[in-house]
Amino acid sequence: MQKREGVFSGLKVLAFAWAVVGPLTMKFFADHGATVIRVETSRRPCTMRSSAPYKDNRPGLNRGGYFTYYNANILSLALNMNHPRAPEVTRRLVAWCDVFFENYTPGVIEKWGLDYESLKKIKPDIVMLRQSGYGSWGPYKNLPAFGMVLVPIVGLPNFIGWPGKEPLPVGVSAYTDCISPRFAVAATIAALDHRNKTGEGQLLDLSQFETSISFILPGLLEYENTGKEPERIGNSSPSAAPHGVYPCKGDDRWCAIAVATDEEWQSFCRVTSRPALAQDPRFATLEVRKKNEDELNRIVNEWTLNHTPEEVMNILQNAGVPAGIVSNTADVLKDPQLRRRNIFWPMSHAEMGDFTHLGQSFRLSGTPARPYSPAPLLGEHTEQVCTEMLGMTDDEFISLMQEGVFE
Amino acid sequence: MLNHLRALDLTDDRGFLCGKILADLGVNVIKVEKPGGDPSRNIGPFWGGVPDPEKSLYWFAYNSNKKGVTLDIEKARGQEIFKKLVAAADFVLESFPPDYLDRLGLGYDYFHKIHKRLIWATITPFGLDGPYRDFRDSDIVIMGLSGTLYQTGETDGPPVHISMPQACLHAAADAAVGCMVAYYSRESTGLGQHVDVSMQQSAAWFQANAIPTYELNGTILKRAGAFRAGMSTQVAQRQVWRCKDGYVFFNVIGGRTGAKTLSALVAWMDEEHLATDFLLHLDWDNFDMFTITQDIMDKISGPVGDFFLRHTRKDLLQGAVPRGVSIGPLSSMRDLLDDECLNARDYWTQLEHPELGVSITYPKEYIRSSLMDFSTRFRAPLVGEHNAEVYEELGLSANDLKSLHKDGII
Repeated sequence: MQKREGVFSGLKVLAFAWAVVGPLTMKFFADHGATVIRVETSRRPCTMRSSAPYKDNRPGLNRGGYFTYYNANILSLALNMNHPRAPEVTRRLVAWCDVFFENYTPGVIEKWGLDYESLKKIKPDIVMLRQSGYGSWGPYKNLPAFGMVLVPIVGLPNFIGWPGKEPLPVGVSAYTDCISPRFAVAATIAALDHRNKTGEGQLLDLSQFETSISFILPGLLEYENTGKEPERIGNSSPSAAPHGVYPCKGDDRWCAIAVATDEEWQSFCRVTSRPALAQDPRFATLEVRKKNEDELNRIVNEWTLNHTPEEVMNILQNAGVPAGIVSNTADVLKDPQLRRRNIFWPMSHAEMGDFTHLGQSFRLSGTPARPYSPAPLLGEHTEQVCTEMLGMTDDEFISLMQEGVFE
Repeated sequence: MLNHLRALDLTDDRGFLCGKILADLGVNVIKVEKPGGDPSRNIGPFWGGVPDPEKSLYWFAYNSNKKGVTLDIEKARGQEIFKKLVAAADFVLESFPPDYLDRLGLGYDYFHKIHKRLIWATITPFGLDGPYRDFRDSDIVIMGLSGTLYQTGETDGPPVHISMPQACLHAAADAAVGCMVAYYSRESTGLGQHVDVSMQQSAAWFQANAIPTYELNGTILKRAGAFRAGMSTQVAQRQVWRCKDGYVFFNVIGGRTGAKTLSALVAWMDEEHLATDFLLHLDWDNFDMFTITQDIMDKISGPVGDFFLRHTRKDLLQGAVPRGVSIGPLSSMRDLLDDECLNARDYWTQLEHPELGVSITYPKEYIRSSLMDFSTRFRAPLVGEHNAEVYEELGLSANDLKSLHKDGII
C-alpha cells in the first residue's frame, strides 16, 4: 500500500458506510491521507456494489462503476457483523480508530452494540459521526432514506419546472447526498481539533433532511414573510433577461445565457451583430426586457440556433456576457477547465482496468488531496488491517478467518 | 470550540455559506463590506417585498452568526486598517475576481509572506487559473458547465435550472471544508495555506452515476422529466406522482432496498383494499428494474398511482413512517415549518430582528454535537453594525471612527 501523506496522515477512521453519502463523506479524509477502513460484507454488500453499470456488463461485486467511482483511497475490511465472533474484531477496530462513522438507518448500529455510549467504553475520546436521513433520534428515525426521496422532502422541486406544470426532480438524483458530507466533515474536523486539545470526544448527529434545508432557505424565509409558496419559473430569473437555456446547432445542444445589466445587454447586441436591437426601446432596460421576455427569448433563440454552444459561449464570454455550454457528461469529461483542476482521477483498478474515480472538489496550495489507491475490492485489506493495524497474530487471524468471520 | 479563531469574510453571495458554516462551528466571523453595504445585499427576496439592503432575505439566510464591519479597502487608510485586521485573523474568505486583491496589494501572496499561519479561501466561478478563469458567471451558467443542468428537465424540452442558486452553496460549503482541513494542518505544522475553490468544480463534483455510466456504456444520461434516467432503457420509471393535494416522489426500484419499501407499500395498499393480486404476488426480492417490461411496469404504476391520488401529502408521510416506506411527498414551505420530525427535534429557532420589529424562524443547527454548540444564535449583521466594537479593538478611538466615517473609509 502506498504511504499516505497529507493533512490526515496517521488519522484512523472506521467507516460503516453505505451507498453514496458514506463514501463521499469519507473521501475528504481519505483523499487527505487518513486511513479509512470501510467495513463491508459479501453477505450484504453495499447497494452500490450491486448496481449497474458493470464492467463489460458482467455483474460482480468488484465490477460496479458506481461503487468504483466514489471509493478511491478507501480500504475495505470484510466482516460479517452477524457472526458471533465479529464483536472481537469490532472491539479492536473501535479501540484503534479516532473517528467512527456510520450512515445506516438508525437502529442498525445499536443492534450491533455500537452506539456512542458503548463505543466510549472502549475508546473514551472517540469522535462518532452519524449521518442519517432524518436524524438518529426523533419520530422519523426508522424511516429508510434515499437522496431521491429527501430531495422532495426538503422541498427542492418547488424550485424546478415550468409555471403550471409538475415539479421536477433534480437530474442528478440523490442530490442531497452531496450536501450533507460537507457540513459533516467540517464539524468532524472541529471535533477532532477539540479532542486533540482537550482529550474529549463527542457524538455528532447529522440529519440530511435538516442540513439540506440550507439549500432552499431564502425561499422558506420569503414564505414566512409573505405566506407565498415558491412558484416554478422555468429558466427565468427576476434579476436577468435574457436568462435561460437556448437551443444551439446540433442534437440536444444548449447554451445557458444570463444578461443581468444593461451594459451586458449592449455587449450582447454588439457581438451578435444586432445593432438595431441595442436601440430597441422594448429591450432597453431590465424592466422592459422582463416585460417583453417571450419576444426577447425568441430573438435570442434565432441567433443561438445558428451556432454551436461552444461558439455561443466564446462569443458572449469574450464580450463579458455570462454564457456557458450546457454540458452533457461527455462535455464534462473533456471540459478544459475541469481537467485543469483534476476533478477526476484516472486510476488502474484490478477488475475495472483504467477507470475514472472521483477526485476532490477544491484545491489546497500546501497539502493537496491525492489519489493513493483505487476503490477497494471487497475485503481487499482484511488481512493487512487485522495483522498490521490491529496487531492480530497470524494464528488469531487464521482462526477467525476459518470460522467465516471475514465474509 | 473554535471561538478562539477569527475569520474575515469579504465574500459576496458566492461565498456566504462558507463563513456561515465556520460561524456555526464557533469561529468569530466578521463580514467586511464596502461602506454602504455589500452589493450582494441587493439580492431578493426582501422582507416586506421592497428592495432594501437591510432587508435581503438572501443575506439573512446565510449571514446569521456573523458580525459586520464596513471598510473601503480600495483607499489607503482602509488598506492600513485591513492589514491590521488580517494580522489578527486566522481565516480570510473572499470571492473577488481572480487577481483583484493582488492588484490592490492585498492578496494571498502579500499576506502569507508576513503571516505564515493565515488560511485564505478564495471562491471564484471557475478557479484561480485555467482557460475559463476570467469567464463571467451566473448560477445558470455554472450549473450548465457543471453537467448537472443538462440532466434536469423534460425529455423533449430544454434543460431546466433550479431557480434557487445552488453553485455558490456547493462552492462555499467546500470552502468551509477546505478551511477546516487547512486549519487542522496548521495546528500541527504552523503553516496556513490557500484554499482555491471553483464554483464549477464544486457543482460538478456530484453527478450521481453519470460519469461511470458514460465510461462503461458510452451512454449520456439525459433528462427524464418526471421519470428517472439511467435504469431500464426500455421502460419509463415514474418518479413524480400526483397525490390528493400535490405531488409525491417515489421510485420503483429493485434489489433488497427496493423490495423492503415496495412490499411495505403493497401491504399498506392492501390494508385499504387497493392492492391488486398482481402486486400481492410479485416477487419483489428478485425484481430487477433493469430488465422488467413495460407491461409489468404498467401493472405496478396503475394501482400505485391510484393509491397516491387518494391520499394527501401528510397522510402519505405519516403512513410511511411506521411502515418504513421510503416515499417523498413534496414539502411546501409550510410543511417544513410544521414538520413533525423537525419540530420534535427542536430544529427551528427564533431570531430577533428588532429593527423589523419581528422575530424570524431559522434552522437552529445543521449538525448537532453532544458537546459543542453549533446553533444559530443571532441574526445577520446590519451595515457596519460592529464597526465600533471591532475597530476599537484595533486601538481606534471614537474620534478616529468619526473621521473614518466622514472620509468614507468605514
